[in-house]
Amino acid sequence: MARRATSGLLFQGSDWNFATLSRAYDAIETVALEEMGLSVYPNQLEIITSEQMLDAYSSVGMPLMYQHWSFGKRFAYEEHHYRKGHRGLAYELVINSNPCITYLMEENTMAMQALVTAHAAFGHNHFFKNNYLFRQWTDAGAILSYMDFAKKYVSKCEERHGTAAVEAILDSAHALMDQGVFRYRRPPRLSSEKVRERARERLEYEEQTYSDLWRTLPQTAESHDPAEAERDASERKKVLNLPEENLLYFLEKHSLILEPWQRELLRIVRVIAQYFYPQRQTKVMNEGCATFVHYTIINRLYDQGRIGEGHMLELLQSHSNVVFQPDFDDRRYPGINPYALGFAMMQDIQRIATEPTDEDRDWFPSFAGNGDWMETLRDAWANHRDESFILQYLSPAVMRKFRLFHLADRASERFVEVASIHNERGYSAVRSALANSYDVAANQPDIQVMDVDLLGDRHLRLQHNVKNGILLEEGSRDATLRHVRHLWGYEVSLAGVDPQTGRTLYECSTAKHA
Amino acid sequence: MPNFIDRRLNPKDKSLGNRQRFLKRAREELKRVIKEQVKSDRIIDVDAAHGVPMPTDGANEPTFQPARGSGARNYVLPGNKQFSAGDRLPKPEAGGGGGGKGRPGTGESEDDFQFILSREEVLDLFFEDLELPDMVKLSLKETVTFKPRRAGFATAGTPTNINVGRTMRNSFGRRLALHRPKEKELTALTEEIARIEAAPEISPKDRQRLSELRSELEKIEKKRRRIPYVDPVDIRFNRFEQQPLPNANAVMFCLMDVSASMGEREKDLAKRFFVLLHLFLKRRYERIDIVFIRHTDEAREVDEETFFYSTQSGGTIVSTALEEMIRIIEDRYPSQIWNIYAAQASDGDNIIGDSEHCAALLREKLTKLCQYYAYVEIIDERETEIFGSTDNGTALWRSYRTVDGEKSNFQMTRIAKPADIYPVFRRLFARQPATRTRK
Repeated sequence: MARRATSGLLFQGSDWNFATLSRAYDAIETVALEEMGLSVYPNQLEIITSEQMLDAYSSVGMPLMYQHWSFGKRFAYEEHHYRKGHRGLAYELVINSNPCITYLMEENTMAMQALVTAHAAFGHNHFFKNNYLFRQWTDAGAILSYMDFAKKYVSKCEERHGTAAVEAILDSAHALMDQGVFRYRRPPRLSSEKVRERARERLEYEEQTYSDLWRTLPQTAESHDPAEAERDASERKKVLNLPEENLLYFLEKHSLILEPWQRELLRIVRVIAQYFYPQRQTKVMNEGCATFVHYTIINRLYDQGRIGEGHMLELLQSHSNVVFQPDFDDRRYPGINPYALGFAMMQDIQRIATEPTDEDRDWFPSFAGNGDWMETLRDAWANHRDESFILQYLSPAVMRKFRLFHLADRASERFVEVASIHNERGYSAVRSALANSYDVAANQPDIQVMDVDLLGDRHLRLQHNVKNGILLEEGSRDATLRHVRHLWGYEVSLAGVDPQTGRTLYECSTAKHA
Repeated sequence: MPNFIDRRLNPKDKSLGNRQRFLKRAREELKRVIKEQVKSDRIIDVDAAHGVPMPTDGANEPTFQPARGSGARNYVLPGNKQFSAGDRLPKPEAGGGGGGKGRPGTGESEDDFQFILSREEVLDLFFEDLELPDMVKLSLKETVTFKPRRAGFATAGTPTNINVGRTMRNSFGRRLALHRPKEKELTALTEEIARIEAAPEISPKDRQRLSELRSELEKIEKKRRRIPYVDPVDIRFNRFEQQPLPNANAVMFCLMDVSASMGEREKDLAKRFFVLLHLFLKRRYERIDIVFIRHTDEAREVDEETFFYSTQSGGTIVSTALEEMIRIIEDRYPSQIWNIYAAQASDGDNIIGDSEHCAALLREKLTKLCQYYAYVEIIDERETEIFGSTDNGTALWRSYRTVDGEKSNFQMTRIAKPADIYPVFRRLFARQPATRTRK
């Protein structure tokens, strides 16, 4: 208690006003920047009502979004559960943009507003700005203006081509959103408003001046030589840059039936999918980082005597609700709570850096006992995604704390086997299994464009590289394939191939559904 | 200093457009579902609230999803209490394998997300297909009895209908407003006067006081006379309105030919017609019975299930159904108590020579027993052009035609598609110029 200075409480009671919000923000900012050394985008905090929060939910959290019925469905779904009390609203919503936008709900108490500010405006914000995935793959500075463009473009298309036509394209594009990201090479940066405007004008010009009469390419002669056909095929694949894992990108560039505006719509969906891709890969880290930051900051403010004990209790209660992890056999178990896991790991890193045990020295020689936990954490936040973070930093202590165990489940067997548990022999196995389950790319069906004969029947061939024998759910597979066909315009077939044996496990085609 | 922005005054309902789009889409889907339900529900259930689960096909968003119950998966779960490496746990029975709990990456379940449609919404969707212009226009024919029902208060009426409570309330208000002197004041004055007068000797001061009191008393009595305790303007009478009273009971006979020529389409059209008839009657009667009679070359009373879905077939003798109906009426529905309606749906096929017998049965018996008898012939869409409005047609049609002009409570018409049903229904049940009474 000796450390507690008496510089006065930041706020009293639970009501907030802009003066207290601002005072709390300044105190939080001082701790975050000066003591923790965080580096953040400028903050913009917006006060919204709960209805507006529901609105924001339904448009995937973006302040600007084009119109589509699926967002309305999302709204109806969220509202239904909210009304029935199945789930509360999030206290906050934060957008990876520059300036970083954080929504504060008006219903929150002042203590909660302070917590949200520390959590979102500094925790998430720091993570967005510094993590390599976000730095490399998203453009925080351009996203808001891009969304503005997308919204206007979609509504212009609706005016010109009718809502139904636009919806049809968007429906199909949404179905392929998961297959619409580049995983291994960086997509071209979002161009600035002006360049994009120019590109679109050019597109419109081409649209107006294109005439089929100018098509003067001679017909290619029929070839029956198999060797030549083979050569043609590989030539063709090279030209089309096949195999291609980004289905949306391939369709946008090579579909023969899409009009320029339809290509632009595909591009918009693809850009948004790409923008959200890093968030899906860093749930544990992102939430862990934000939770760790808010926990550290409010504790520091309490130590400084700037948060009263009553408020501290309220904050700690919210905090422990957020990091609550039910056991697997608990009725409330929803999966591993990313807040809980991320926070526990980061607290553990802090402990290892300051008070390591012998075990920690064995496992983490690089930073055990180095004393500078903040630097260690900042480094981890910047250079990892969930999979690599867990693989590198999940310690035996945390595994014991969560009592993690690893189940192996083979479809052919009537038993699931406990492959390893949190003991000396199992640590590495549990850790890599857990890391693996956070590898988004590995856990999503790997579907690639293999071949297409542009001069022949234009049949599009997709290949599903079946991992661990996990097939696709047939109903949704066929329905999704029909969406591919819709965008491609000609027959599409999908073959499931076992990459080890090269054996074809299943084949399906849109031809029989047509 | 951060940038605080108060967005609370921004227009809300940013997603209103999205929601409208979704509802529009959902509506298409609901229409389809309702259509299915009308087909499969019992007639009386069509007129009920329905829960329609979402998402359904029209509002589905498919993506490539890993199939459950295939391949090998690994899960890491928290909260181990007694397992050690190598333990084998039996898989849960349901769910087609998998580790049961904690399956990662299987999107959220939206099972309990339902649209509950009210009765009106169901009817709206139901009638949309029938091109119902306005539900209210369903004219009620032949309102039979009236019953007075309380309907507020009136300023005029018979003394037996005076509403004392309401009258006294008005009177009290008026007395308060006009400051009518109270009984208590009056008695106080008279008592004081009496006390002074009773005194053995009256002093000049008392005399003075007495005359004051007397004039006061006179004033009060005058005022009380001017402002009566109950004034005619206070009086309220209970008002009664004559309301049409639904007849107690009605029975609806559904007669259908189920010979081979009555296929899915024909039965569906017939069902829609019967549903509409049922809805219509339900507005007028407290209790409706439905009797289903199906016939091939012999007629039988059946339940609804059998009526619409059984595939039994055979020759066709229409008159058997009419005879069965007459038998049931005599048996269970005496026509002086029951309002009897009948609708017969058929494609018009009949054995040679039987049609005249049917017409005779109608003329002699049924039109006398029934409030109303409608015959609906379901024809092929291509035939509408040929048979449009002529008298030509099947033998049954031609012989029924002879009854049509003669008996005003018999109507017949042809339908070929769902959209025909409502206009035809309107025509069949249109308000007749002259009130008919049962013969």
